[in-house]
Amino acid sequence: MKKNWWKALTVVLLLYVAVAGLLMPVPRLAILNETIRNLYFHVPMWFGMTFILVASVVYSVRYLRNPSVELDIRSHEAARTGILMGCVGLATGSIWAKYTWGTWWTNDPKLNGAAIAMLIYGAYLVLRSSFTDEQQRARVSAIYNIFAFATAMPLFYILPRLTDSLHPGAGGNPAFARYDLDNDMRLVFYPAVIGWTLLAFWLAQVASRIALLKQKVYEKQLV
Amino acid sequence: MLLFREIWYLIQKDFRLEWRQRAALNGMLLYVGSTVFVCYLSFALRGGELPVPAWNALFWIILLFTAVNAVAKGFLQESRGRLLYYYTLVRPQAVILAKIIYNALLLLGLALVGFGVYAMVLGNPVQNSLLFVGNVALGALGFATTLTLVSGIAAKATNSSTLMAVLGFPLMIPMLLLLIKVSKNALDGLEMEASRSSLLTLVALNMIVVAVSYLLFPFLWRS
Repeated sequence: MKKNWWKALTVVLLLYVAVAGLLMPVPRLAILNETIRNLYFHVPMWFGMTFILVASVVYSVRYLRNPSVELDIRSHEAARTGILMGCVGLATGSIWAKYTWGTWWTNDPKLNGAAIAMLIYGAYLVLRSSFTDEQQRARVSAIYNIFAFATAMPLFYILPRLTDSLHPGAGGNPAFARYDLDNDMRLVFYPAVIGWTLLAFWLAQVASRIALLKQKVYEKQLV
Repeated sequence: MLLFREIWYLIQKDFRLEWRQRAALNGMLLYVGSTVFVCYLSFALRGGELPVPAWNALFWIILLFTAVNAVAKGFLQESRGRLLYYYTLVRPQAVILAKIIYNALLLLGLALVGFGVYAMVLGNPVQNSLLFVGNVALGALGFATTLTLVSGIAAKATNSSTLMAVLGFPLMIPMLLLLIKVSKNALDGLEMEASRSSLLTLVALNMIVVAVSYLLFPFLWRS
């Protein structure tokens, strides 16, 4: 139980976010209206995705230093969870854009950045599936994971700030300084970020356990 | 110092090989030439006048595809035995740095020839030539740095030529966006001052990519 306190925390936080996020008072802003509540679901996805992808890169680095099947599986499942978070983030963002900007997709640097990130990790999955040798697959995909993260990811956090964006915090401003995120919203937003990030790690952990068990069953069958 | 000597020998070797089997070099030159000509013929239907943004976009797309084709053969061409032979003689860092420098010079040559042919048949609306050529040089360097390691990764997998495009394109999009922006400034004849931050970001990005390639290639080589 001592090791699982963060899972209980995840459940509590996400229940709180679901209830408080939908019921607590929010500022009345033109155009945004009630859709502002999507802030608790859309924005934390990107936080979760960033953290889980960083974790994936950390596992890849550890794999290269000290190869083991477990590290490879953890890195792979973390990347897959990152893709899931990214897809949910794109979907929630798309619905939000439909109600506030009037379209499902616009030519916005953050949208393009998110789409490119999904392409890069899609390429990562394609790369993984084009190897037959397991060790080579693990090693080469770890290398690509690190390379892709180091070359493309910094730009997704730099480029949107250099150009104008429909998102708040664009055009040279840090993301939250201009947010007139009032204190009521902070009370839900910060727990939401922590809760969804923890959920991403939980998902990745469960997925890696399943993959490890499958690997063990497979090895047993070989003997 | 030994590293620089090794790099110098490897670059010399690459150029000598290229010069001895001129088929590949001529092939790439013809590839650029015929792509430009196909573009020219398709736009000639509209009276041959190309709007400036389309001129810019088309030029970079041609360069992108030329780069992928030219760099792809870097590692794919080398036979397995010959690669093993290098690895007994020089250190892996020398191999990757030499390949990057060689690819950058090759792409620079191809890009300049491509620009010449392109400007000849489709007109030359560039107003700030110095900035434009400098930007093309940075672009050649950037494409070479990103694609060299990607070609090394793709060479390990089974369906390398498809993989090369799938892995390389998303990684190059951020760089390409910056290049097209600077290139637009050069076409509009803006001062160097207007593109300085983009140029600096490009240089920094190139340095990151070279550093990451330098660190990761020894792991790729071992498998």
